[in-house]
Amino acid sequence: MENWSLVSICVLFGLTARWAVSLNSYSGAGKPPMFGDYEAQRHWQEVTYNLPVHEWYFNTTDNNLNYWGLDYPPLTAYHSLLCAHDHGFDFCWVLVADLLIYIPAVVLYSFYLSEGSNKKKVCTVLCILLYPGLILIDYGHFQYNSISLGLALWGVVVLGLGWDVLGSLAFVLSLNYKQMELYHSLPFFCYLLGKCFKQGLAGRGLFLLVKIAVTVLVTFALCWLPFLSDPGQILQVVHRLFPVGRGLFEDKVANTWCSLNVLIKIKTILSTDTQLYFSLTTTLLAILPSSIKLLMKPTLWQFKLALVNSSLAFFLFSFQVHEKSILLPALPVCLLLNDLPLPAIWFLQASTFSMLPLFLKDGLLVPYVVTSLAFLFFSIYLLSAFEHCSEDKLRLGPYRRLLICMPRMDLGRVTKWKFYFSITAMAGLSFMSVALAPPDQLPDLFPLLVSVFSYLHFLGLLLYFNIVQIAEPLQSVRKNQKKSN
Amino acid sequence: LASVSLITALAVHCVVLLTMTVFSGYFSHSTDFEVHRNWLAITHSLPVSKWYHENTSEWTLDYPPLFAWFEYSLSHVAQHFDKEMLVVQNLIYTSPATILFQRLSVIVTDIVFIYAVKECCRSVREEKGSKDLLGHPFFILAALLLWNFGLLIVDHIHFQYNGFLFGILLLSVARHLQGRHLEGALLFTVLLNLKHIYLYIAPAYGIFLLRSYCFTKDNTDGSVRWSSFSPVRLVALGSIVISVGALSFGPFIAMGQLPQVLSRLFPFKRGLCHAYWAPNVWALYNMVDKALSVLGVRLKLLDVAKLPKASMTGGLVQEFQHSILPSVSPSITLICTLLSIMPAVLSIWCRPRGARGFLRCLVVCALGSFMFGWHVHEKAILMAILPFSILAVESREDAGIFLMLTTTGHYSLFPLLFTAAELPIKVLLMLLFTLYSFTSLKKLFRGSLLNPLETTYLLGLVAVEILCEVVYPLSPWQHTLPFVPLLVTSVYCSLGVSYSFIRLYVSLLRQHGTDKHKQL
Repeated sequence: MENWSLVSICVLFGLTARWAVSLNSYSGAGKPPMFGDYEAQRHWQEVTYNLPVHEWYFNTTDNNLNYWGLDYPPLTAYHSLLCAHDHGFDFCWVLVADLLIYIPAVVLYSFYLSEGSNKKKVCTVLCILLYPGLILIDYGHFQYNSISLGLALWGVVVLGLGWDVLGSLAFVLSLNYKQMELYHSLPFFCYLLGKCFKQGLAGRGLFLLVKIAVTVLVTFALCWLPFLSDPGQILQVVHRLFPVGRGLFEDKVANTWCSLNVLIKIKTILSTDTQLYFSLTTTLLAILPSSIKLLMKPTLWQFKLALVNSSLAFFLFSFQVHEKSILLPALPVCLLLNDLPLPAIWFLQASTFSMLPLFLKDGLLVPYVVTSLAFLFFSIYLLSAFEHCSEDKLRLGPYRRLLICMPRMDLGRVTKWKFYFSITAMAGLSFMSVALAPPDQLPDLFPLLVSVFSYLHFLGLLLYFNIVQIAEPLQSVRKNQKKSN
Repeated sequence: LASVSLITALAVHCVVLLTMTVFSGYFSHSTDFEVHRNWLAITHSLPVSKWYHENTSEWTLDYPPLFAWFEYSLSHVAQHFDKEMLVVQNLIYTSPATILFQRLSVIVTDIVFIYAVKECCRSVREEKGSKDLLGHPFFILAALLLWNFGLLIVDHIHFQYNGFLFGILLLSVARHLQGRHLEGALLFTVLLNLKHIYLYIAPAYGIFLLRSYCFTKDNTDGSVRWSSFSPVRLVALGSIVISVGALSFGPFIAMGQLPQVLSRLFPFKRGLCHAYWAPNVWALYNMVDKALSVLGVRLKLLDVAKLPKASMTGGLVQEFQHSILPSVSPSITLICTLLSIMPAVLSIWCRPRGARGFLRCLVVCALGSFMFGWHVHEKAILMAILPFSILAVESREDAGIFLMLTTTGHYSLFPLLFTAAELPIKVLLMLLFTLYSFTSLKKLFRGSLLNPLETTYLLGLVAVEILCEVVYPLSPWQHTLPFVPLLVTSVYCSLGVSYSFIRLYVSLLRQHGTDKHKQL
C-alpha cells in the first residue's frame, strides 16, 4: 500500500484513540472548590477575554491569582484568548492543535530524519502517535502540551534539515508557550553554538551566530510585546512563571528529591535557599557532560541524545518539578524509537506508569490500561524491539568493560529479562494501586512506591543514555557503522 | 503467513474494541441498552410462561426463544455485577456496573465472530504470487470483517449482539464453503431461532441445500438429475431443523403460547419505514409521494384538508397512509421481496454453482429483502455487506460493487449517532474503514475499481455529510423542517444501494448465462 494511505490510516487511528480518551471524565470533573486543569483553561479564557493585557498576571480584584492564576508565558495567554472567542467544544481545540502542529511534525520527522524502509517509518509514526503519556495528559487530564512539544519537535525537524534560523524560531515559540521547555533549551543552545564553532568563528560561524541571536531576540520581543512597556510587568510575569517560593517539590514525583525525602527529610532539614542552590548545582553537574559533548560534536544523533539527557537531568534534579514534566524527556525518547527501540519503549512505558497516581485521581484507569497495552504491543511488534536486542545494537560496550569480571554474560539477554521483570512489576503495582487499600499508617504507600520505582528506572536510563552519548567517538567512523552520524 | 496475518488483524481489532470500552464511562443513551437490560430482567426474574406476556416495559421480548435462553444464561453472570439490573421494574436502570457488564458481554460474545472470521479466511481462494502481509487476501478479508465500521458502530457504540449473530452466520457460510453442509445447516437453524430476521435469507439456504445437497449428482449440462435424490440427506436436514426448532419453541408450544409468541415476533403494527428511513425502495417511494403531494397542493390539484394528517417523517413508528401513490401494506412488501429474490433463487436451482453461487444468492436475498421489506432497519444492510466481503476479495467486479455498497451502506448508519461527541468518532472510523477498504482492494486487484460516475457519487456523500451536519443546522429551516437532513441522507443512500443491488443482480444473471458445471 502506498505510503500516504498507510500514514493517513495511522494518523486517523491516533486521532481516534485521542478522541476516545477525551470522552472519559476530565480532570477535576465535579470536584469543587478548585476543580482541575479543565477549569484552569476555562478560567484563563475568561481572564484573557475580559481583562486588559496588563492585568493578566497581576493579582487584582477581578483576577484572583490563587484561583488558577495564569502561570505560563504569553503565548498560552494569547491562545486562551483565541479559544475564548469560539467557546465551543473545548476538546476540539486540543484535537485541532494536535492535527496542525504535533502530528505533521511527527510525520515529517519519521519520513525525513529517521532511517529504515518505508514500512519502518510508518511504524515509527504509529508508535510515536500512540505514546500513552501525551494522549492521557492532553486529552484526559486536559492540557495543551502538544502545542509546546509540537513546536519543539518542529524545531528539531527543521534543524535536522539544516535550516538553523527557522529551527531556533520554532523553539523560541515553543519556549514562549510553556516555560518548561527550558529543559530543552541547553541542547538547542549547545547544538547551534557548536555548529557555529564548526563553521569557524571568524567567518560564516559568526554570521550564523548573529542571525540566530537576532531571530531569538526579535521573537521574544514580539511575544512579550504587550508587556515590554513596563519592567514591573516583565518581573511579575517572570515571578508567575518561576514560583521559587513553592519549595523543592510538591506531591509525589519520581525525581531525586522526592525519593531522597523518603530516607532523609530534606525538605525540613535544609532552608529554601539552600534547597534552591543544591538543586541548581546538581542539575548543572548532571547536564554538563552531555552538553559539552554536544558542543564538540553537533550532529543530529548527538542532539537527540542530548535532548534526552538534558531534560531527564532537569526532571530528576530540578526545583518544583511536576510529574507531568516527564513528557519533556519523553518527546526526544520518542525520536529514539527507531534507533534504540527497547530502551526507548522501556522509558516511555515507565514514564506513563510514573503518572499513574495522577490518572487514578482523574478516573482514567481504563484509558491508561488500554493505551499502555496497545502501545507496548504495537511498538514491540512493529519495531522488532526484541530482535534489536544484541549487545552491539544496544551499544552496551562500556557496560561490558565495567563488568569485566563476568565476561560470559550476554548483556542483551540480561536487558531483555530486566525489561520483562520491570513490565510485570509495573503491571503488578498498577493492579495493587487500584485493587488494594493502603494501610492506615501509610496512606500514600502506593503513590510513593510508584514514584520510587519510576525514579530508579529514570536514573538508570539517564546513566544509559549519557553513556551512549559520551562513549561515541568524536570522529565518525566511515565504515560499516550504520549509526555513525 | 495466514495465522500471522490473522493475529495482526485480530490484535488491532482487540485494541479497537478496548478503545471502545473507554466509552464505558460515557453514558450511553441508546435504547438498545435498556432493551437488553429489560430482557435480562425478564428472563431472570420471571418464569418461562410469562416471558412473552410481560409488558411492564415498552421493549417487550421480540426475538425467538433461543435468544431468550441466551439472555437467561447471561443474566446468571449479570447478577454478580449488579443485582438491581435484573429487577423488571427498574426501568432505565444504568448503574456503571450494568453498563460495564453489558459492554463486556458484547466483547466476549464477539469471540464467536472472531472464530468465524478465521474460518472464512481459511476458505478464501488465494491468488498466485507472493504478497506481503498487508496485501494478502486473508488479511484484507480479516480486516474488512473485524474492522467493519457498521458492526463497530452498531455493536459497541450502540448496543447489540450482532457480532455474535453475524459470527454464527459467517461460520455457517464458511462451513458451506468448506463442504461441511450439515454443520452449516445446523448453525443456520440455530441462528434463525436466535433472530428471525434471518428468515430473509432462508430461501437461499433452503433451495441451495435442497438442490445441491439432497441431489447428490447433476446432469452434464448442470440440470437436475432427479434420480440422484438422496432421502437420507433430506431426512438429516429435516431432523436438524425440527430438533432445533423443538428445542427453542417446544416449551411454548407445550404451553399453548405459540400465537402470542408469533405476534410478538412479527409486530406488523409498526410502520412501513423505521424512524430513520432505511435507504431502500420505500424511502424513494415515500419521497416521490411527498413530492407529488406538495406539488399537487402547490398546483391546486389537491385539497390540503383531504391529505392524511399523520406524517411519516415525524420520527415515530406509526402507521400512516400515503397521500397520492397507493398505500403499501405488509403483504405487498412480502410479494415484492419474493419477486425480487425469485430470479436469484431460481438460478441456483437451475444452474448451481456450488457454495460460492449460494453465497452470491444469499447476498442478493439479503439485499432484496432490505430493499423491499416491511419496517426495515438500516442496520440490516450489514446482513448483505458482511457476507459480501468474502466475495469481494476474490473477484474484481465484486470488489467494485462492494466498495459502492459498503460506503453507501455505512454512511446511511450515520444518523444513528447524532450527538456532538459522537461526530468525530463516526467520521474518523468511517474514514479509517473507507480508506483502508479502497486502498487495500485497489492494491489487491491492481487498478481502479470504480468508474468516474460512481466516484463522483461517493464524493457526493461528503457533500451530503457537510450539508447535514454543518450547513443545515445553521440555516433557518432547522426548526420548521428538522427531518430534512435525514430525508436527504436516506434518499441519497438509497440511490447507491439500489444501484449496487442492480449491479449485483446483473453479475449474477450474467454468470448464470455463461456458467460451467461445478461439482458440489
